[in-house]
Amino acid sequence: MKNRKPVGLFISMAFGAALAGASIGQAATLAISCGAVGQELEFCKTGAEAWAKKTGNEVKLISTPNSTTERLALYQQLLAAGASDIDVFQIDVIWPGILGSHFIDLKPYANGIEKESFPTIIENNTVDGKLVAMPWFIDAGLLFYRKDLLAKYDAQPPQTWQELTATAKKIQDAERTAGNDKIWGFVWQGRAYEGLTCDALEWVASYNGGTIVDKSGVTINNPQAITAIDTAAGWVKTISPEGVLNYAEEEARGVFQSGNAVFMRNWPYAWSLAQGPDSAIKDKVGVSALPQGGADGRHAATLGGWQLSVSKYSKNPKLAADLVMYLTSPEEQKRRAIEGAYNPTIATLYKDPEILAAVPFFGELYDTFVNAVARPSTVTGAKYNQVSNEFWNAVHSVLSGKATAKDSLAQLESSLKRMSRGGKRW
Amino acid sequence: MATTGVETASQVARETGKTLSPRKSQLTRGRVRAAWLFLTPMLIVVAMVAGWPLARTIWFSFTDANLSDLGAAQFIGLENYLTYVDGEWYGVLADGEWWNAVWNTLKFSVISVTLETVLGLIVALVLNASFRGRSLVRAAVLIPWAIPTIVSAKMWGWMLHDQFGILNHIMLGIGLISTPLAWTASPDLALTAVILVDVWKTTPFMALLILAALQMLPTDCYEAARVDGIHPVKVFFKVTLPLIKPALMVAVIFRLLDALRIFDLIYVLTSNSKDTMSMSVYARQQLVDFQAVGYGSAASTLLFLTVALCTVLYITFGRVRFDGR
Repeated sequence: MKNRKPVGLFISMAFGAALAGASIGQAATLAISCGAVGQELEFCKTGAEAWAKKTGNEVKLISTPNSTTERLALYQQLLAAGASDIDVFQIDVIWPGILGSHFIDLKPYANGIEKESFPTIIENNTVDGKLVAMPWFIDAGLLFYRKDLLAKYDAQPPQTWQELTATAKKIQDAERTAGNDKIWGFVWQGRAYEGLTCDALEWVASYNGGTIVDKSGVTINNPQAITAIDTAAGWVKTISPEGVLNYAEEEARGVFQSGNAVFMRNWPYAWSLAQGPDSAIKDKVGVSALPQGGADGRHAATLGGWQLSVSKYSKNPKLAADLVMYLTSPEEQKRRAIEGAYNPTIATLYKDPEILAAVPFFGELYDTFVNAVARPSTVTGAKYNQVSNEFWNAVHSVLSGKATAKDSLAQLESSLKRMSRGGKRW
Repeated sequence: MATTGVETASQVARETGKTLSPRKSQLTRGRVRAAWLFLTPMLIVVAMVAGWPLARTIWFSFTDANLSDLGAAQFIGLENYLTYVDGEWYGVLADGEWWNAVWNTLKFSVISVTLETVLGLIVALVLNASFRGRSLVRAAVLIPWAIPTIVSAKMWGWMLHDQFGILNHIMLGIGLISTPLAWTASPDLALTAVILVDVWKTTPFMALLILAALQMLPTDCYEAARVDGIHPVKVFFKVTLPLIKPALMVAVIFRLLDALRIFDLIYVLTSNSKDTMSMSVYARQQLVDFQAVGYGSAASTLLFLTVALCTVLYITFGRVRFDGR
């Protein structure tokens, strides 16, 4: 296809596109957008390249911002412009409602294989009867702790936030007296972005304080939620550095993995990195469910996770769907689980002995993953991003000491009601 | 006064052109035609890249447009700006966050431009003196200005990091602070950090503009001052400053316009944080994050009006003249 004249080139391209649409045999170049948090990009690359080799096509990787908030903004601009530059999008669990109209229905390509994934995720990814995204991996907030430090000071992994606060304070003070003056008790995601919504939802839910908004309306302004946020605000500058107010996942992992924190709240991906050969804390890390809010609380983890979608503006939707099916297949999910500690979306893989050997906590914390708390993205639909924004800003102002939880949540309630005409019309 | 001469000449030309238009010489007509011919491409480009987007933004601000479906936009009048529904005010002008953003932007602009002007003046005076290796220093000073803002903001983001940032490391080392400062996270420090980086980045620009003015100054005033034995400080305030004032005022307005629409630096350093949110960050959040193109366009239009208002005020009260010195 080496035509010199542009017209000839155009015609051959048009033919190429038509042929690619007709049969999968035609070589084509697809573009996939992958996250780049931790080793995400690396795994996306190896997976996509294996598919490319198998099918004789080419795959271009497009790396996107680490912050999910910024990534959504980028996708929204690309998709609103109907750009065909990216064929396969990696989308967050909260986005099907926001972006769903730009993606093709994957059901005809899945041939029923989607039924092997957790039904809650499939339901989450179905918009108006269309399966707009295939689940790739799920996430749930976990508590990472330093086994060695806990053993040194004869402490147990905390069951409640109060225990965590006390243990963190004890070890931090003792270590500092011993000359380790960079140590902090607890690091987490406190920047004003989607990650703070996840963290704060865990605090609130662990005190049985609801999920911000539900079908009955705005629920966030309740005493349990106020206690939860106040507890978290008490950590800043005592067991957590003030800088945590501008930390996302990778900043928190930076502090923890260089050995400067006792506890960290993060997603499962941090496990295989903390256990990596260049990690300062290799073999010193334990993982448990996040603490519960007081004796009557519950262990709550926010449901996260990423899906793969095919843009309806793609020039090769069939091929792109084939790539999505390959990447979300049980084999590929198993590889990613063993090498990268990415949680499979398929229940049977949690009983796979090879996976459990590589990532023991997948078995121990199975219930945590299955019962993870979903953010209210279904109820709020396209307004979710605005709701989340109001929520993280309200929490952030309490954490940074500019407002009390009582005032801030009352104000949040009124602005959410304002946004939805009394919590009824999102 | 060469300027006055030129002005009168052009005025005369204009007036004669008006009264004698039927008998305009062929040469004049040819020149006017040529001028328009040369101007046309520029006017078309300006209309396309500045005029059209501006008009479209203003149009969108009167609609309920949404980013996911721009075609379905409906005209809703001034509702995006201000509207009264069920006993409550809605719209950009009734939004506390907007006014917070306006206040942040004004604070940022006034403080950073003032600091940049003072520091730029000092740097320019130093660079104006002749010493060995002057051209090298002049080039070196320009480096911060040459680095793209995104790059320098990211770079400063790491240097200002509370745990592994070099700035905290140095300040801890020399005993200036006892605990690391959370530059970009602490609500009291975030705006300071943004101003700090902006001053670092833009002082060279001010210095360059002021240096250009300094180099055009006549030397005879200074010789006379030296002969009379006037103190250098007095010379600066009585001779240098008044002479470079017109150039300085123009430089300040350039910076002011730039500072009022600050976006990249703030967004990279502190993202959408309310402590540092500027008018542009607010508008972008509405437009992109919330997909509210109509509402965001209203904010953009208000931003445009605010910048225009500040410019008019500055030109009026600063008595800035653009027609040379």
